This record gives sequence, C-alpha cells and structure tokens, in this order.
Amino acid sequence: MHSRARRYESELQSCGLEVAPVEFSDYHPLKSITVTDSKSRRGARKGSTSSSSSSSSSVAPDPLSSMLDGTDPLSMFAAASASESPPTLSQSRKRREKEDEVGVDFEPWSSKRGEILARFTTTEKLSINLFMGSEKGKAPSLASSAVSEKVRTRLEELDDLEEGSQRELLNLSQQDYVNRIEELNQSLKEAWASDQKVKALKIVIQCSKLLSDTAVIQFYPSKFVLITDILDTFGRLVYERIWSMCSDPRPLPDSFTADEVNDTAKETCLNWFFKIASIRELIPRLYVEVALLKCNRFLTKCGIQETVPRLTAMIRGIGDPLVAVYARAYLCRIGMEVAPHLKDSLNKNFFDLLGTFRQIHGDSVQNQLVLQRVEIPVYLTLYSPAIHWILQCVSYRAPEALLTEMMERCKKLGNNALLLNSVMWAFRAEFIATRATDFIGMIKDCDEAGFPQHLLFGSLGRSLACADPPEAERLPILNEAWKVITKVRSPQDYINCAEIWVEFTCRHFTKREVNTVLSDIIKHMTPDRAFEDAYPQLQSVIRKILTYFHDFSVLFSMERFLPFMDMFQKDSVRVGVCLSIMDVFIKHQQEPTRDPVILNALLHVCKTMHDSVNALTLEDEKRSLALLINGFIRMVSFGRDFEQQLSFCVEARATFCNLEPVLVQLIHTVNQLAMETRRVMRGSHSRKTAAFVRACAAYSFITIPSLTSIFSRLNLYLLSGQVALANQCLSQADAFLKAAVSVLPEVPRSISIEGKLRSSEGFLLDFINNFLSALLVVPDHPEAGVLFLVRGLLNMVQDYTWEDNSDAKVHVYISALPLLAAMSQESYLYSIPKVDSNETLYGGDPKFLAEINKLCETLIGQVLDHLKTLGRDESIHRQGSLAFSLFGCLLAHGDLRNNKLNQLAVNLWNLSHKQGYCNTRTSVRTLEFIKHQAQQPDMVHLSDVLHRLTLQSRT
Amino acid sequence: MSASLDIRLKRANKVYHEGEVLAGVVAIVSKEAVQHQGITLTMEGIVNLQLSSKSVGVFEAFYNSVKPIQLITSNIEVVKQGKVPGGKTEIPFEFPLHTKGNKVLYETYHGVFVNIQYTLRCDMKRSLLAKDLSKTCEFMVHCLPQKAKLQPTPVDFTITPETLQNVRERSLLPKFLIRGHLDATNCVITKPLTGELVVESSDVAIKSIELQLVRVETCGCAEGYARDATEIQNIQIAEGDVCHSLPIPIYMVFPRLFTCPTLETINFKVGEFTCNKYKSNSATVCGLPMADRCDSLFLCRV
Repeated sequence: MHSRARRYESELQSCGLEVAPVEFSDYHPLKSITVTDSKSRRGARKGSTSSSSSSSSSVAPDPLSSMLDGTDPLSMFAAASASESPPTLSQSRKRREKEDEVGVDFEPWSSKRGEILARFTTTEKLSINLFMGSEKGKAPSLASSAVSEKVRTRLEELDDLEEGSQRELLNLSQQDYVNRIEELNQSLKEAWASDQKVKALKIVIQCSKLLSDTAVIQFYPSKFVLITDILDTFGRLVYERIWSMCSDPRPLPDSFTADEVNDTAKETCLNWFFKIASIRELIPRLYVEVALLKCNRFLTKCGIQETVPRLTAMIRGIGDPLVAVYARAYLCRIGMEVAPHLKDSLNKNFFDLLGTFRQIHGDSVQNQLVLQRVEIPVYLTLYSPAIHWILQCVSYRAPEALLTEMMERCKKLGNNALLLNSVMWAFRAEFIATRATDFIGMIKDCDEAGFPQHLLFGSLGRSLACADPPEAERLPILNEAWKVITKVRSPQDYINCAEIWVEFTCRHFTKREVNTVLSDIIKHMTPDRAFEDAYPQLQSVIRKILTYFHDFSVLFSMERFLPFMDMFQKDSVRVGVCLSIMDVFIKHQQEPTRDPVILNALLHVCKTMHDSVNALTLEDEKRSLALLINGFIRMVSFGRDFEQQLSFCVEARATFCNLEPVLVQLIHTVNQLAMETRRVMRGSHSRKTAAFVRACAAYSFITIPSLTSIFSRLNLYLLSGQVALANQCLSQADAFLKAAVSVLPEVPRSISIEGKLRSSEGFLLDFINNFLSALLVVPDHPEAGVLFLVRGLLNMVQDYTWEDNSDAKVHVYISALPLLAAMSQESYLYSIPKVDSNETLYGGDPKFLAEINKLCETLIGQVLDHLKTLGRDESIHRQGSLAFSLFGCLLAHGDLRNNKLNQLAVNLWNLSHKQGYCNTRTSVRTLEFIKHQAQQPDMVHLSDVLHRLTLQSRT
Repeated sequence: MSASLDIRLKRANKVYHEGEVLAGVVAIVSKEAVQHQGITLTMEGIVNLQLSSKSVGVFEAFYNSVKPIQLITSNIEVVKQGKVPGGKTEIPFEFPLHTKGNKVLYETYHGVFVNIQYTLRCDMKRSLLAKDLSKTCEFMVHCLPQKAKLQPTPVDFTITPETLQNVRERSLLPKFLIRGHLDATNCVITKPLTGELVVESSDVAIKSIELQLVRVETCGCAEGYARDATEIQNIQIAEGDVCHSLPIPIYMVFPRLFTCPTLETINFKVGEFTCNKYKSNSATVCGLPMADRCDSLFLCRV
C-alpha cells in the first residue's frame, strides 16, 4: 500500500472551519437559563434560579459545577418546593396579615416533638387505664381470682357507665406504652372511618384522661406529646368532616365566615360541643375542647375569641402544676395555630402560670416526689418544654415593653430559676444579649438546690451564640460564665454547657481564649475517660471552632487543638472529626500552602482518615475520603522547591497506599511537577533538572503497577510516557509505553462500572486509538527493530482474546493505517521539541518506507480476510460498514494513483453498497467530498475514481 | 321488594315553636313500584308521668301509673291507596302547631319521672302479604321566649364544715373555707351557668371539686304528690390540690333535652334545678365525699 503525501499546513487551512470565538463566561450548553427580571423580583422569594451557592456545594473547584452556577436541577426543585409562591394580595394587606400570622421564624411544634420524646424517657413500668367499650376478650384470670376481687370487678362493671369494661394494663415498658398509644391512634382512625363517631370520642376522652395521671413523672412530657398527637388527629378529623358537610355545592373558601355554613353542619358542630360539655372530668373536657377549638369557626364569628379565655381560666382548676402547665402549653399551641392574633389569652396564660407558680414548691408536689423518688432538679426540668413553648408563643413578635414586663414579674417570684431558664430560651436572643450581665447576676442568685445552674448558663450561652452583647461586656461575661461552668462536677453536665459557650468564645475572641477554653475542656474530660460519653458534644466543639477559624495556620498554632483531637479515641468518631476538618480546609483554603505546621497536622489528619479504610469500607466512603485527601494534595505547593514537593509525594504515597484515587492523584501531581520543571527551564533541562525529571518518571513508573484498575494503569502509563518524552527521557518513555503494551493482554473482557458489569471493548478501543496517536512521535529504539512499538502493539492486539463475533480487532487494524500513513510522511503532523522522531532518524529512507508499506499490506490483508468471513457468516450489515470504513481510510490516507489501491477502493465501495445497508446520506456526502478533492491540482485522478463509484439507490 | 320509609324535617335542628308550621317530606325509596293501602302521618305530643317507687312504694308505682296527658294530636292521610312508583319519591307535608282549647305546648323534656315528647309517625299500610312500614321521628318543641326582662341575681356562697348537711361527726372534719358566687340563679337555658369559686384555705389536700346539676320532678296523683330529685349531670371543675385563693371558674352548659325551663302545672312540675358542690378530701374519716347543697336555679328561655 502506498500512502499519499500530505501537506498538513495547507490542508488545515483549506478545510478548517471558520473559527467562531465562544465566550466561556457567557455561554455553556449545560448552564441553566437564568431569567433576571428586575421588576417582579420580591425579597420574599427564596431559592430563585439565580441564587448562587457554589461555594458550599463542591469540594474542589470543578469546571462543570462552576459553569452550572451552583444550581443543579435537583436542588433547584427542592428550593422551589420549599418556597411556596406567596398569594397575590395587595402589599399593604399582606403586611397587615403578616403581623397576625405565624411566620417561618416561629419554631414549629413538630421540631420540638422529637426532642421531647428523646429526652424524657423512663425505664420504669407504666400503666394505661382505659374504659373501652370496644375491647373484647376480657382478662381470663378473673375467674380464678379471689371472690372479693370478683365482686369488686363486677361492681366496677356496674358502676361503669360505658357498655364496655375497665382495662388496666400494668407493667408496660416505655416502648409498649408508646405502641399502645399508637394502637389507640389507629383505632381512633378506624372508628372514625367506619362511622363510629361515639367510639372515636370515647377513645379520645380515655386518652386525654391519661394526662391527669402523673405516675412515673419523668415520662410525663413524652406522654403529653404522644397523647396530644391523638388529640390533633381527632381535631383534624372533626374539622374536616364538618367542613366537608358544607362543601356542597362548592367547597368553602379558606377564609369563610359562620354565615356561609349550612344548618346541618352547624347542628353537627353544636352537637359535638354539647357532647364535650357534658364530659364529667375536667382534664378530658379541657383537652378535647381545645382540640376542637378550630370548629368554633363554623358556629360564630367570635367563637374562638370567647372560648380561649374561658379555657385559659378553666386550667386554673387543675391542681397539679405539671399537668396544668402542659395543658397551658397545649392551649397555647392550638391557639397559635387557630388564632395567632389572640395575644391576650397567651399572655393571660403566662400570668396565670406565674400566679400558680408557688404550687410547684407546695406540699402535695413534694410528697409526690418523695413517693416517686425523683429529685427536685430533675422534676423542675420536666417543666422546661412546656414553659419554653408558652414563652415562645407569648414572646413571638411581642413588643419590647411586654417582654420587659414579663421579665420583671418573673424576677419578683422566688425560686424563679426555672422561669429564668425558659425566658432565656424563648425570648429574642437580642433581648437577652443586651441584658446578659443582668442575667448572670440573676443566675448567681438562684438557689443551688433547685434548677441546675449549668442549664441556666447553657440557655444563656445559646442566646449569646446568636446575638451579640455589648462589646465592653463580652470579656466579663465570658469570665463570669466560665467561672461557674468550670466548677460543674459532672463531666456530662460540664460538657453540655461548655459546648454551648465555645461558640460565644469563638465568635468574639482570639485563639488565645479559645485555647484556654480547650485546655479547660481537656482537663475536665480526661479523668476516667469521661470523653468517651461525650463524643457528640466534643465533635460539636470542633465544628464550632472550624466555623469561626478558617485560617489553618492559626488553628494549628493553638497548642491545645491537637491534644483536644487526641480525645477522640473511638475510630468512627475520630474519622468523622477528621472529615469535617478536611472539608473546611478544602472549602476555605484559597492559596496553596507549604506551611510545615499545617502540612504536618493535616497529613496526620489525612493519615487517620486513610487508616480507617479496611475491607469493610464502602466504595462511596472510600471515594469521599479520597476526594478529601486529593483536595489536600492539590493544595500543597512548595513553589520552586520541586525536590521538596517530590519528596512530599513520596511520603504521601507511603501514607496513603490504600486509596487508589489518591495514588492516581499523586502520579498526576508528579507528572505535573515534571512539566512544571520543563516550563521553568524553558524546555532545555540542565543536568540537575534532567536528573530530577527522571526521578519523577521513576516515581510514576514504580507507582503505577500498584494500581488495581487496569484502565487507570494503562492511561497513566501512556500519560507518563508522554510526559517523559516531553522531557527528553527517551528510555523512560520507551519503558512506559512498553509496559503499557505488555499490560494490554491483562485487560478483562468486562469491567464493573458503578456496580454494573460492562464490556471493556469500547474503553480498550479508545485507549488503543489514543496510544496509536502518541506512537507517531516516539522514536524507534536504536537496538530494537523498526517500528518496534507499533509491531508490539499490533501483535498484542492479534493475540488478545477479543469477544466472540466482534469486529474490534479489525477496527484497530483500520485505525492503525492512518498512523502508518502519517509515519511515512516527510515531515510529521506534530513533533516534540528537542526530541528527534522517526522522520529525522530515518530521513525518509526507502527501506523504512518499504517496511511501513509491508506492514500496511499485512493489515489490509487481515481486514480483507475478515470481510470474507463476514460474508460467509451472513453478517452482511457489519461487512458493509467495515468495508466502508476501510474505504474511507484508503480515500483519506492512501495514494489512489496506485492502480491496485484504486481497484481495491472501488471494490470496497461496491462491497459496502452491495447489500444496500449503507447510509445513503453518508455515501452522498462522501461522493461530494471526493468531487471537492478532485478539484485540487494533484488530486485529479480522483475524478476517475468518482466515475467508477456508483450510488445505489435504496429503491 | 325492600322499600324504605323516612321522614325528613325541613329544619336541621328539628326545633319548633308553638304556632309555627312543622314542615318536611316523607321519602320513600324503593327499587320497584310499591303497592299500598294508604300512607298516613300522625303528629302527637304527650306528657308521660311515672311515679317513683321511692315515694309511693313499688306496687303503687307499678299500677298507679298516671295517665299520659295528650298535648296535641293530628292525623292526616298523605297518599290514598295506590301505587308509589319505583325510585325515590318525596311527598311534602305540613302541620300547623296549634293546640286546642287552653292547652299549652310544653317544652320537650326527657326526665326520669316526667317525659314531654313530641313525635311524628308515618305509616304505610300494605296488603296482607307485605308488612306495614312505619317510621317514627321525634321533634323538639321549645316554648315561646319569655317576655319579661331577666335580671341577673348573683348569689354568694361560702362552704365550711359547718355548712355541710347530713354529716354526723362534724368535729372529725378537717377545716376548710371555700367562697364563691354564682352570677345568676335565674338562668337562661341556652347560656351556661357561670360563677367563680375560691379555695381560701384547707387543712388537707383537695382531691376534686365537682358541680352537680339536679332536677326535682313532682308528679301529682290520687294519693298526693311525689317529689323526686335526680342527678342530671356532674361536672368536675377542679382536679387535685388547686392553688389556694385563686379564683376557679364555675361553668356548666345545660344539657339539651334533659333540662327545660322551670315548669309548673296542675298535674306535674319540673323545676327547682339545684346545683350542688362536692368537695372530696383525701383524709376524711370514712373517705366519703362531702357535699354542700346549694341554691335552686330557675331556668327560662329568652
């Protein structure tokens, strides 16, 4: 085969498209279309498409994500659903409503629910006492029990007004209890669905009756949560039913008035209220009526307005202060939901609470506590959720004057630590912050035996973490607070409190103060390995420090920081902390660094992460670890001190040998280092730099074999070979490429990609094509034969066990032809500065050209053989397309003046068109191309060819 | 062959006053046509009196049951003998609520010994082979609002061990003092009973404070009058050891049907609703609750 001579320069000029410059910053096909309509934009709209949050989303600057402007479509949907479009009302009206309604800044009950359930637990046995009409199957033990008991139960049965029997479930564990309540919730829904309204009401009444029982008092807050859930369900069911009764002919608008409700619905609603009013016991009557508060809307306009104060007063009849305070909390909660504008009742609730506050320390409570063996401080904390909630409702958007008044009234009461705590918790943080010094004074005055002081300081710290006290007071505040905190004896209490105050310290002070705080924490948590029980808090301390200290040189210069890290001795926790540190480092470190303090510390951190990898580690976990470590390696730069950088890479390789992506990154880093050296030396290496780049090549050469992924090995061999070649390390380059060729047979036929087994053929073909194009510039080794590497590659391709029935091998042969054609040119398409390619080595020696031609002939022969077999196997379609690609190859690279070649090309064309499987459009365009080419002076012979090529029409 | 008969009144709450018109429809639902011998409607208002066994003895109570007093009765034939077509048929009707002579329509009341009830009954007579169909429906009558203006008459009360009735050993009782007031003893039946109560002092912890509504019914018969008091409802207004010297609201909604405006006629009397306050102590000698009888209430409708 003869390849035609090419003049690459002129060809490029003649066939190059017009260059249209593309502004990257303006346009990218993946970028989302952003409409910025300045007129209609409202401040309230959150998460519009133009919001940019790219800084927080990606670990490393990624070109794709920066193009996307930080909003990937998924998170955009999420943001869109989070922000509901505001109703189109006139602005002024909206604002007025805003004041009445509950905004997003009001922490909802649902977020407190879980917290309460998790916090107030018990190991003691609970009991449920129910009168249920429906429960069948009485306890069978009755028959055998003593007569007196039998009589008693019978009498009880007679007393019972319900048609069912009393059931007392004793000895329930907490979980059983919760399950029971859930069952009741279910049976409520079932009863409702099967139209047994009376049964539903009975269930609700029995449930709310449980709230008057304060046995196992530690569990009471959780019990409250569980039972109010049922009440909520009931309230919703009744409301919806009555609402649906009015939906004829069309549903009621949301802002309906009582006049629009029809008589039947009103009558039903009234019936409910009459039924509730006749409930004998106070607490069920109260709770059920509160649950149905919203239904008052159906009856009269001001029904809710009149009912809430009455219910508020009714709570006074509850003697037990804990039961009363939770009843108030429930009323406040429903009140806030149904009629947020009724602030007065909320305030009345709070003042009533203050009025009965002395009950908490009364005799009957004390007796109960002795009986249940509950300590006063524990008992007092049971109040917190309810009082927090009441105060949160009261103080929500309340004027400053009201808050001050409430403060004053709390102050006047004795034993007010409990209230103080809730005030600090629920009032606006700014309000607390400006009076922080006063609060510290008040906390100090509190009785030691009552509410625990560390909780008070914790609440204060929480407020100060969100709002800033006056500048001058900050240091005294910290000193005063820490004086108390450091005296807390129980490590758990201590760390709970200290953790909160770390935020305040980080926010306002320098590393010196933070360091002091850290050392104090270490001192408290080390004895008896107390830190083992406090990992979440300690982790939170680290997180807070990381939020405020982004400069890692400052961070690591804190003496106590690393000793603090040493307290994390449980592996999983330790790795978690390391992860968060690296995360922050990658996000906030802008400049590459060579600071030995940072490097040492972070290398240690990364090593910890790396060492956590074991056989059980999940792929995803490994990937995220590797990503973080890679981010760190990318941030290390010793500037011009290349040797130091290389030795860092050596150390890093030793440290991170288990994470393959890190090794890959290191090889890339070292390759980059070699190229950087080349850039600095402007292409001509001195003896010293030449030795250095060889060292780099050696590094890559010995690192690559340790990778398990075959394709990363292949690609890295090729890449490193190219780098070596660029740096004039010919023998190293040879070694890389040879290694790549020798690895080829190891490529498995299928590889697993993202957990799925895929054929490796496509990847292999890609790689071989890439490899072939690199071979053009690789000079032949003087001792090896001509085209040693090309032959070697082709031999490997020949021997490789390709998939049965696949044309891949032939594709490789066809794609080797252009390489050989390019090699036979006088001057090559590309070359590497200061490296003599074969063009100069052989200088167009006819023997060399003959060798190439021989090789080409062999290849074409192989391809033709294959075409023949395809003809036999009746895979005509494949035959046609293969013939066509060989034709294209010959047309582009072969010298068609040669008769034999000319004939072959025409035969191939005919073969590919014989069965009519070819794409007509491609054929037409090919013909047009030939026509176009034929107009060039030295290509006239093509017009002859053109005559002989016939286009077979499909029909 | 299943046909169903139903009476539907126009008013959802089924409340009517004397002089008004009781209107509604008789609804017949059936798959096929129904053959019948006439559909009639009967409206009736009856006072049933019963003597309590306590006041007159068991046998007398059984035999001497007083004759029911008929207040109003009316009968019309809605449809003559014929056929009602299949599907849903609605036949409207109207009854004027007028009494004959000097009879008055008393307010509907369901008591123990006195029952005032108004019913509407629809009968469909059918041939011998098929069963007659019948449907009864109760409707309420409220007496006409009272003309005179009602003056609220607040009453104060005090409960101490000394004021308690039927207590044998007064000296054994713990000391306590409860004050309070009712906003009115002349109550409007549709409005709740309200008031306040303050526990001024108590030696022992209070368990519960309850409010009891009691009715007094008097029946006249040959032997004289029988007067009985029974509980209507009992409402707890305080549970547990309530805060001292803090006013606790008294609030009770009068239940419908079981209460009516105080009524006095020749044969029977319903009224003198009274309200009792209970106070239970944890440490009473025999553990019996202590009750204090309080003021009789006069109910009316305005």
